[in-house]
Amino acid sequence: MVHDHDQAGPDTGKTSRLDEATGTHTVGHEWDGIEELDTPLPRWWLILFYLCIVFAIVYVILYPALPGLRGATPGVLGWTSRGALAADIKTADAGHAAVRAAIAAMPVEDLVKNPVLQRAAIEGGRAAFKQNCVQCHGAGAAGSKGYPNLNDDDWLWGGDIGAIAQTLQHGIRYPGDDATRISQMPAFGHDGILTPAQVQDVVSHVRVISHQEAVSAASQRGAAIFAQNCAVCHGANGEGGRQVGAPRLNDAIWLYGGDRAALTETVTNARAGVMPAWQQRLDPVTIKMLAAYVHSLGGGETSPAAR
Amino acid sequence: MELVLMRAGVWFAAMVLAIMASALAVDWGFGVHMVICAAAAAIALIVTLRGGDFDAASRSVLRSPMPGRYDDEVIRWAVIATVFCGMAGFLAGLYIALEMAFPALNFGIEYIAFGRLRPLHTSAVIFAFGGNALIATSFYVVQRTCRARLAFPGLARFVFWGYQLFIVLAATGYLMGITQGKEYAEPEWYVDIWLTVVWVSYLAVFVFTILRRSEPHIYVANWFYLAFILTVAMLHLVNNAAIPVSWFGSRSISVAGGVQGALIEWWYGHNAVGFFLTAGFLGMMYYFVPKQAERPVYSYRLSIIHFWALIFLYIWAGPHHLHYTALPDWAQTLGMVFSLMLWMPSWGGMINGLMTLNGAWDKLRTDPILRMFVMSLAFYGMSTFEGPMMSIKSVNSLSHYSDWTIGHVHSGALGWNGMVTFGALYYLVPRLWNRTRMYSVRMINWHFWLATLGIVFYADSMWVAGLTEGLMWREYGADGYLVNSFAETVAAVHPMYVLRCFGGLLYLTGASIMTWNIGRTIAGHALRPEPAFGGIAFDPAKDVPLTPATAV
Repeated sequence: MVHDHDQAGPDTGKTSRLDEATGTHTVGHEWDGIEELDTPLPRWWLILFYLCIVFAIVYVILYPALPGLRGATPGVLGWTSRGALAADIKTADAGHAAVRAAIAAMPVEDLVKNPVLQRAAIEGGRAAFKQNCVQCHGAGAAGSKGYPNLNDDDWLWGGDIGAIAQTLQHGIRYPGDDATRISQMPAFGHDGILTPAQVQDVVSHVRVISHQEAVSAASQRGAAIFAQNCAVCHGANGEGGRQVGAPRLNDAIWLYGGDRAALTETVTNARAGVMPAWQQRLDPVTIKMLAAYVHSLGGGETSPAAR
Repeated sequence: MELVLMRAGVWFAAMVLAIMASALAVDWGFGVHMVICAAAAAIALIVTLRGGDFDAASRSVLRSPMPGRYDDEVIRWAVIATVFCGMAGFLAGLYIALEMAFPALNFGIEYIAFGRLRPLHTSAVIFAFGGNALIATSFYVVQRTCRARLAFPGLARFVFWGYQLFIVLAATGYLMGITQGKEYAEPEWYVDIWLTVVWVSYLAVFVFTILRRSEPHIYVANWFYLAFILTVAMLHLVNNAAIPVSWFGSRSISVAGGVQGALIEWWYGHNAVGFFLTAGFLGMMYYFVPKQAERPVYSYRLSIIHFWALIFLYIWAGPHHLHYTALPDWAQTLGMVFSLMLWMPSWGGMINGLMTLNGAWDKLRTDPILRMFVMSLAFYGMSTFEGPMMSIKSVNSLSHYSDWTIGHVHSGALGWNGMVTFGALYYLVPRLWNRTRMYSVRMINWHFWLATLGIVFYADSMWVAGLTEGLMWREYGADGYLVNSFAETVAAVHPMYVLRCFGGLLYLTGASIMTWNIGRTIAGHALRPEPAFGGIAFDPAKDVPLTPATAV
């Protein structure tokens, strides 16, 4: 209805004229002063348009394209996105097969004895860490509030490669894993074991042994409370206890903060961080690789057997 | 008088229904929306009862200085709404860009969180700014090129105000967290129904104006406008098919789910680009470029071929948004090849626009409005080359989910849609308010350069960011393992996010200058004294319909 009037008909009442600037005739229509030139289609434009169509037809023949009642044409190349993905995964797996088989056959403690395999495990662990662990522990494994820094030698549950692997496999306070690492600090203030004043006293003591405050009357009262209530897990001098994951208190490293407000909160309501049991999601070799990677970050300790 | 009473009755019933619905609302967002609807109905009721004489309130600014010509009143409103919505949309865009670079700016307040402001930004620029610009220009162009006044003047006014109610409901809904979770189609079922009513009215006004034309043929701009209105109606109806959870609540369940739902969503989403932002704005281009250049359109044949090719091919290209997803391979293939075939039909519009300047290229030296149109066409050409390229699967595997996509859409939106709209506004305002020219032509030039520079900063920073992300996501180390964590790629593009904010600031600054300039022009201030710049002559005496004006 709109393209059936290529030349000016008598109904338009207007006629084609020569446009001097371009040397082209107008079509003869006019709307509100707008005319149109009778320029043919640009040849390069038409050729490119046809080439795109030809490309499209060839592509449709080569790849899955035309739907029918019982599925689509498969394309002469036989390519599928699932097939391509499977091939990629197969290639990647093949590249890692030898290393993975060797690591699978080896107790994690022995990895350090084989520098070639250890390096390969660390690289694999680095990739797995960036995918699974950075959300809590950070891209540089520096941790954040409630999530330990893995670059230092301050370990809650043990820093030799076997202990790290154990933590990775079973997690910490993770429901549904019977071997998960578990302990629970009492909520001293909340449960009425200590009065608020006693909580402040013990906080003062903790700040003294961590060299943040000078000895005071409060801290001396707190020392007695600490010996009675805290030392059993955190040690007489606040050196921590790995059997129950009790953090060391006489250093400058804090999981939830070492200022008075954070410590008061910790003593009053206690803390209980959770880490997933990764054996439910990752295969044993990847867990060994992660253990090797975390062990390599700077604070890795020698295994007791090798010591 | 019976007619007035009947209309008043309809509005009164609508108001009562809205009040009842707000009382019965099952969630507070729906309640707020129904109060807004009741207020709108009340305003319509009052206006109707005053005999429709709302000219009195707006005589000084909105009323045509020369009555008995084209029906331009609703166009004046839409021009003002375009400027307002543009500013709101650009400002929201700048703020969410800042939130991306500095997340602290979310302030933990849900109403200004990125997730709520983002649809506010996209809807404000596409549907409020772009939509009002399309309503304004389509009503302007269809009258001039048909040499006829608007059919159904009352309905044309309903289209404008009804569309504004849609915008208010959509925008307030986003802030309150009302969304059906479909990109670019976020408003919920009752807002969709309202938009359908408005859109069918729009179609009726446009089609019947064309039918009343005094010209033998339909001008190419009107083909594009009509394709835009018709196709958007179809897209809107299909993609928004949903079942409300409650008739008095703001939640609904989409009829299509899973990968079918995704395919329909991107069939809609891509054609919102194809028909709203391309076909509609090509309609704009086909009128304002030849008018401002004072030259004939380059090729009538090209306009026919590229129109039909564009209309036929665009509708199939949507699946390229779902490359490497659960969408079946055959659909991905078709989405890709139709996108590739779309390259030349898209460029047909650019060629026809740019080559229309043959014999008038010298005007670019002196006419900043024409410069805007040319820059707009240049960005149109770049985006419509980039789009087909990004739809190629191997390119898409790099660009997908990266900020390259964001750069691509903004080179199209800021460059093509924004620039052509600014040019059209500068063309329209002096004519609609009967001024000899804009208050300041130098300010137009400033706007041109600020906007161009802003787009360059925006698009370039997002291209660099997108390539950085795409390459880092797929970077493998010597041992065959991925090298980067996601957080590291976010940190890597942070400087680009900051640069993007700067680009957006430049663009917003340009638009602010335009707002000032248009405001001064409308208010009728004495023209800013400045050295003569280019411009084109305008004879109001010739700007009249051939058909005698029918009684409004």
